[in-house]
Amino acid sequence: MITDSGVPDGLRYTASHEWLRRDGASPVEATIGITDFAQDQLGDVVYVELPAPGARLSAGEVCGEIESTKTVAELYAPVDGELTAVNDELNDAPELVNASPYGDGWLLRVRIADDADLGGLLDADAYRAHLQDS
Amino acid sequence: MGGDAEPGEGGGLRNLALRDRHESAGARFAPFAGWDMPLQYAGTVREHEAVRRRVGVFDVSHLGRAWLRGRRAASLLRSVTTFDTTTLAVGKAHYSLYCNEAGGIDDDVFVYHLPGERWLVVHNAANAAQDFERLRSVVDDADEVTGDTVMLAVQGPEAVKLLARVLDESIAALEPRCCIELDWSGAPVLFARTGYTGEDGGECITDADRAGVLWDALVAAGAAPAGLGARDTLRLEAALPLHGNDIDATTHPYEAGLGFAVSLDDEAPFTGREALTEAQAQPRRRRLCHLAARERGVPRAGQAVCRPGGEAVTQLTSGGFSPTLGLGIAMAYLPAELASPGVRLEVDVRGRALPVEVVRRPFYRKERNP
Repeated sequence: MITDSGVPDGLRYTASHEWLRRDGASPVEATIGITDFAQDQLGDVVYVELPAPGARLSAGEVCGEIESTKTVAELYAPVDGELTAVNDELNDAPELVNASPYGDGWLLRVRIADDADLGGLLDADAYRAHLQDS
Repeated sequence: MGGDAEPGEGGGLRNLALRDRHESAGARFAPFAGWDMPLQYAGTVREHEAVRRRVGVFDVSHLGRAWLRGRRAASLLRSVTTFDTTTLAVGKAHYSLYCNEAGGIDDDVFVYHLPGERWLVVHNAANAAQDFERLRSVVDDADEVTGDTVMLAVQGPEAVKLLARVLDESIAALEPRCCIELDWSGAPVLFARTGYTGEDGGECITDADRAGVLWDALVAAGAAPAGLGARDTLRLEAALPLHGNDIDATTHPYEAGLGFAVSLDDEAPFTGREALTEAQAQPRRRRLCHLAARERGVPRAGQAVCRPGGEAVTQLTSGGFSPTLGLGIAMAYLPAELASPGVRLEVDVRGRALPVEVVRRPFYRKERNP
């Protein structure tokens, strides 16, 4: 059951408001998106610019741009890895990022690098605390 | 609440008289020209679509409003504005400009002629203080009423029907750019068939202490509260220039496509007349042009406009995403040789070349009424 708001348990988060969900079946695979807080701050998303599958992602580095009616935000890779898919639905329906940030509005699928360090990612409680502080 | 002319808490921002209404409607606020303004309520795209398809209401009380009175008001106003106000009939409103001696646009304004030799001028918020000083320099009897009144813009294909129902039946028969004074349940309302969205509709000015009831009535009748975010996307689609972005003290009316706001036929002197007379006779070196993106991407003000694969020729003065067209749109002053529909250029969107094409204005035009 995917919730579309708040800070769902079970995901990992970045201080820059991305989330990462590891696959149950194959934990080396993960899905990445932006949080409900991030989409709310951005306002209506109108265009998402993402790299092509096959691209190498480096944790903490820019790996895309999200344009809203009022501003543009950079997307930062939560982990090292290889991009395996992007959400093509967003080409015609970028508003999915607003409507369903943890579900249909996902952005990237990655294969996490073998030596990737996930220790820097926040759990739901730590991200909630981060939102309280910011 | 009354006229809240005092600086708000923190940051010295002024609050709108109807701030409590906006908070109740779920507004998110942002600073604009010294005011803490509603940026959005339900979301910019939803508000934009409400105005294009049905009807929305904007609180535009940040706009400067000043009254002039007296027999000489028209000719004195004429001495500081480009449009010949002495030709403006009672009950009519017209777009005009304050220019400097070089013909540059210090502000764009709306002038309203009311019975009894009374004139209302509406200024941009960012320029309101200088604009009022300009009026005071020529007219003794000028009265600034920005803090004492509220201005609500009701816009959209259903706006006139809604206004006729809520305010007064006579609105249905009022022609565009006409204005009337109404008594609305004992409150004076100045109503004009004007706006800044490219849609049908009108704007109401009433006393701040009665405006909350009017806001409530408009919203109850179906007008969707709309914020500055939607106001900007709507005016950009309609290719209406924004002072400070698309026009300013360094741009003249003819290159901005605003020649209709300049009267040179009379002999009356006004600030900028000599420069504008010369500018009108010259071929245009550049023109404010309208650019539509040919690929996905959002052009923004300040980004460079380049020849394809080549050098930068200018910067965008405005840019954004058009919710109605589903593509990026922008405006820029292009040199005459590039200022024709069909010319292809590129916008440098943070290092990515976004292909754009010069198109005819406006980007969006409302359907004619049946």
